[in-house]
Amino acid sequence: MRRMFKFSVMLLAWAGSVSMAWAEDGAATAQVTGDTAWVLICAALVLFMTIPALALFYGGLVRRKNILSVLMHCFMITCLITVQWVLFGYSLSFGPDVKHFIGNLSWWGLNGVGLDPYADYAATIPHQAFMVFQCMFAIITPALIIGAFAERMRFLPFCVFIVLWATLVYDPVCHWVWSAYTPAGATTPVFGFLRAMGALDFAGGTVVHVNAGAAALAAVLVLGKRRGYPHAISPPHNLPFAVMGAGMLWVGWFGFNAGSALAANSLAVGAFVTTHVAAATAGLLWALMDLIFNKRPTVLGIISGAVAGLVAITPAAGFVNLAGALLIGAGAGVICYFSVAFVKAKLGYDDALDAFGIHGVGGAWGAIATGLFATTAVNPAGANGLFHGNPKQLGIQILATLITLVYSFVVSYVLLKVIDRVMGLRVTEQAERIGLDLTEHREAAYTVID
Amino acid sequence: MKYIVAIIQPDRLDDILERLTGQAIHLVTVSTVLGRGRQKGIAEVYRSHKESGSLLKKVKLEIAVNEQFVTAAIAAITDGGRTGKVGDGKIFVLDLHECIRIRTGETGPVAIG
Repeated sequence: MRRMFKFSVMLLAWAGSVSMAWAEDGAATAQVTGDTAWVLICAALVLFMTIPALALFYGGLVRRKNILSVLMHCFMITCLITVQWVLFGYSLSFGPDVKHFIGNLSWWGLNGVGLDPYADYAATIPHQAFMVFQCMFAIITPALIIGAFAERMRFLPFCVFIVLWATLVYDPVCHWVWSAYTPAGATTPVFGFLRAMGALDFAGGTVVHVNAGAAALAAVLVLGKRRGYPHAISPPHNLPFAVMGAGMLWVGWFGFNAGSALAANSLAVGAFVTTHVAAATAGLLWALMDLIFNKRPTVLGIISGAVAGLVAITPAAGFVNLAGALLIGAGAGVICYFSVAFVKAKLGYDDALDAFGIHGVGGAWGAIATGLFATTAVNPAGANGLFHGNPKQLGIQILATLITLVYSFVVSYVLLKVIDRVMGLRVTEQAERIGLDLTEHREAAYTVID
Repeated sequence: MKYIVAIIQPDRLDDILERLTGQAIHLVTVSTVLGRGRQKGIAEVYRSHKESGSLLKKVKLEIAVNEQFVTAAIAAITDGGRTGKVGDGKIFVLDLHECIRIRTGETGPVAIG
């Protein structure tokens, strides 16, 4: 009882300090209202990518007995990661640097993260606008992984995995690529080590897609195939859901990429255009590949292609011109098609919804292609790539991709193995046959009798 | 009394119902079902993964008729349902022991139709 009391007092004291910090920040300077409006809208768009866009995209692709479990995964991740983010995740990711590897905990509970701009990240919007925009990225990244272990993972171990993965994988990788911190008295900021190395990642090719893709591959290998894979698995139960989801992802992605300019400026416009062009080109190319190899363009194909294009342009969106966007989109359509249609079948692993095949592979292609097509003519804060006279950038991009891939894969693999040993990751055979909606959540998505 | 169960191609349903109505046969129950026979379906392709040998969508008709309507009902189904290709379906004719109209409690041939 006394401990409870002590804890409550601590909480109250903390709440008091937070509201005081907010009050002090009221007299903000140098803010641009248009930038703040844009970033807030973009933050909402990025949340929209997880719920409901990704939820429907994935939910439509699973069997009808498992759709609720997928929707629940997306929703639970949104709730879990938001709390993790404001308590300590944001501080670990973007807080004051510790050895270029991770942020320290001094920003825990948004301590000091107020309504004044924080110039190292975005000089014209309140720090909290940047924080909440990044929160949505932290939410969608683990949500992408669920495509790998759909239809066979127990719910509680899933929750434990997501929180630990966000803390041990997402937060550090985010720090390596995006963090900046100017210590007291210094004039130049200290960067995370990949950013210091010169790696370019406009909106999260490595942080989000390679990172989630590598974790997806680890999850597939630890969990194993679904029973009956590949021959006795029913086809996607509701492709129109998947189409709606993909369409909403495309819309939300403008917030993701153009919002990463962190201002309502020409850079945002450029990123918006490259994002749109790459998505369209990749969708077109996937349809063409379908036509060549299967004689019919498929709906699932064109939407998968568009998503692959969106993934691939993500790291490059604010660094490449139109030609770069077209080529990155075309490459995404072709490369991801081969990875999903042939490589997966050849290797025989069950990446249920192709989280690795599209996000891992597409993200790696985009990150590396940024080193090919980036040009300072588009963004002076960026760098030139191979085709603009700077082959060194390609090396940096490949290295950054490999480091992210290996780190995420290894830590995710170990994490999943440990959770499996302690709690057991996989549902029973009987539960898998019945479907997770009923066994994990005691609900059914569809009634048979009205 | 006979109980006629017919498995037909879904796209033939309207033709068959029209012909049944033409023969004054109104009592019919229709359900969508999955099934298979010798017919091979159209293979579906998902992200280049071919789904073959799956069950095909069919429509099942169930019709209770008095003896004098049996031939007409069968003719309506075969005429309306025949395309001449494999997969046109089957008609099964079963003896019907009893029929009861729930509203009135009438039984036997008067309860049909």
